[in-house]
Amino acid sequence: MLPRDLRPEQFSGYPPEARKLVTNYIAALQRLPLSFLPSLLRESIEYDYKFPVERKALETELANLNSLSAEQLQEWLKGFAQIHLSAALENFDWINAPAQFVEQLSSYLWTTHQLDAFRAAAMAYADRLHAAVPPEPPSAPRLGITVIGQGVASYDEPLFRKLRAHGAYYSHINPENGLRVLLDAVAVRAKAHPAPYAHWYIDGGKQAEHDAELTTVSYAAVEPARAVLLSKMRAEIDRPGMGPEALRTRLAQLRPADLAFSEGDEVLDRFRIKMLTEGSGTQVFSTTFGQWTAREALRRAQPLTLLVRFAPRQRQKPMNELLTATVEATELDPVGSLVDADMAAYYNWLNQQRLPGANQSSFLVWFEGNTQALVIGPATPRGTASTSPITLSNLLTSLV
Amino acid sequence: MSSHFSATNQKLARQLAWTRREFLRTGAAMALGSTLLRNPVALAGIPTKKRKVVVITFGGGARDQETFAPEGQENIPHLMRELIPQSTFFTQVVNRGILGHYVATASLATGVYETINNFASLPPEHPTVFEYFRKDLKRPSTDAWVVAPSNGFNRIGESNNRAYGPGLGASVILPKHLLTAAMSGRATDYEHLLRDNYETPLYAPDLGGNEFQLQQLQMMLKLSVDDFKAHALTLSSPDELSVYIARRLMRQLAPSLLWITMHDIDIAHAGAYSLYIDGIRRTDRLCAEMWRAIQSEPEYAGNTTLFILPDFGRDSDDDSGGNGFQHHRTGDALSRTTWMMALGPGIREGVVYDRPMQSTDLVPTLGSVLGFSPSLAQGKPIAELL
Repeated sequence: MLPRDLRPEQFSGYPPEARKLVTNYIAALQRLPLSFLPSLLRESIEYDYKFPVERKALETELANLNSLSAEQLQEWLKGFAQIHLSAALENFDWINAPAQFVEQLSSYLWTTHQLDAFRAAAMAYADRLHAAVPPEPPSAPRLGITVIGQGVASYDEPLFRKLRAHGAYYSHINPENGLRVLLDAVAVRAKAHPAPYAHWYIDGGKQAEHDAELTTVSYAAVEPARAVLLSKMRAEIDRPGMGPEALRTRLAQLRPADLAFSEGDEVLDRFRIKMLTEGSGTQVFSTTFGQWTAREALRRAQPLTLLVRFAPRQRQKPMNELLTATVEATELDPVGSLVDADMAAYYNWLNQQRLPGANQSSFLVWFEGNTQALVIGPATPRGTASTSPITLSNLLTSLV
Repeated sequence: MSSHFSATNQKLARQLAWTRREFLRTGAAMALGSTLLRNPVALAGIPTKKRKVVVITFGGGARDQETFAPEGQENIPHLMRELIPQSTFFTQVVNRGILGHYVATASLATGVYETINNFASLPPEHPTVFEYFRKDLKRPSTDAWVVAPSNGFNRIGESNNRAYGPGLGASVILPKHLLTAAMSGRATDYEHLLRDNYETPLYAPDLGGNEFQLQQLQMMLKLSVDDFKAHALTLSSPDELSVYIARRLMRQLAPSLLWITMHDIDIAHAGAYSLYIDGIRRTDRLCAEMWRAIQSEPEYAGNTTLFILPDFGRDSDDDSGGNGFQHHRTGDALSRTTWMMALGPGIREGVVYDRPMQSTDLVPTLGSVLGFSPSLAQGKPIAELL
């Protein structure tokens, strides 16, 4: 089936708000090439469970496509129109399973050496969309905070190496009550700029006490779901004919209830589950979970405030230990986790800077319980180092 | 198909090659080579029958910022100080195929961009270097070997091409698979160790093909199962086990064509940066260990060419579609543009070339070195090595 044959009743399997959205724009959808449309439907079918910023972006994109003349649309999507698809893809149920279609399309593009052409078409389209409908600036300057090194008393190697050129490094921070100071600062921002899913606290371990207004995700809180998920993955793998694509499809179909997981917020519950089912390594290492969750929170919810605190992950045992090990309690690797989190802090900053309002955004990374921190902000000198004593509270004040 | 490697990607690949060249010129004192500068010594002095080739590929590339760039050189001391100064180094080896480890390694081994399912237990569709080598030169099966990390690679030794195929390929050893067999019956859970593919955790395709059997340890490698197990208990990673087996092969059978695929770096898919760095450092050390083994084994010393190359790269930090070092999914220039070094008799030392070449050029080059004709391979012999 091709897009031109679309009819409203074919979306009866969509959640209610998603159904309403796509049927409103069905005339626009009918004009889109098949190499493009399922990617849009993959987002649309999740509309009911998306964050407010995502919803608005999707509505804007659809409205923009609807407004284009035939000639304009042809110009915008000519790269996609040149992608050759197989009959199998055309016959796939891309309306009801757009995510699976996109996965198969990806495999097909690699196999037929069309990936680079598709990638170029996607980048050209994104550039045009960005120029035609510029994203709105945030309602307040963003602040990102990353706390690394929990459980490490001291560390002799240089930290924040990737970030130093972009900001000011401090080596004599007063660490007293540091986490409390940071969480309180986040709570103050949540009260000053109230909005749904605008202020986040992600913890790679167990959450510290925090303001109830914050959107929270923690590795400890998803632990029961993680255990159920690993058990389900093993069961699926043992089934005859199971392969990685089929496994990914099964995982993507899991809902919060399947993993005995429900905290009463469907949007956030689905986000939390996706961190485990769509992330790579998030099921195994808490540092990966923290980094990936921060990436996805920034990409999807575009928060005004994001505090990410990393905790020690389990230790990766060398082969000889695995061969001799008996069942024992999980060991932790605090120093390895510090190295993971140091790189993750860089990625948190990079991902924050990809959002609208980047030139006004600020960032702080702190080695928990220690005296080292680094800040980046519009007024912060770059590539500097200070040995002057300073509190985290004063550092924050200098940023916002 | 190559027309789809966009102009932007070509520009980025050139830039990457240039910065890589500059890193090597300053960090390893390499001289800039020229395509006009042909090798004056070559392999002419060594009879074809005596020549040997060892190929080391990485299943899971490492980015420049963690390797050749100034901030990454601390992770590759052996490559920087020992191997690269003795090598001819190519900074711009572009992989235009599928960036999955099995299919990319199969492409390296056939000289054709294979399109087989990366996660299935399937043979390459085009003849492998092992088949060309054995058929053209009438070599026995003991003269071509593959040591590979995971079950997915068990079919890499021979294709299903009708003119070649069954009986003409390399023998394949999967040391981790051997270890599983050797350890069978013990209560320990080896799931974590034996995870074959970091990109799809907990999944491994069923075995099939001509893999080396446990009982052959004793027969061909003169290694008892007990000794094999005992030695495994002293090693920290599957790649160390692979190098141990490779050295055993060199000592006992001295194959003329030995292909080793390493995989430890690919732990990067699990997203833990420190483990990715550990993998790079281990691979660096193991490459030097293999080069030293070549120098110390009488059958190899003075007549062996070593090729080292990753199958492809990893995603850039700058591409929002990826997640930095973790994967190789974007198909960007960084994930497609890798490098290669060659060392051995007749290879010009301390020279770096940054002209573009393709990863499919490896097989025709091996053909020129060893004296066989890879008639179905798509690449071209690398003139600077011949």
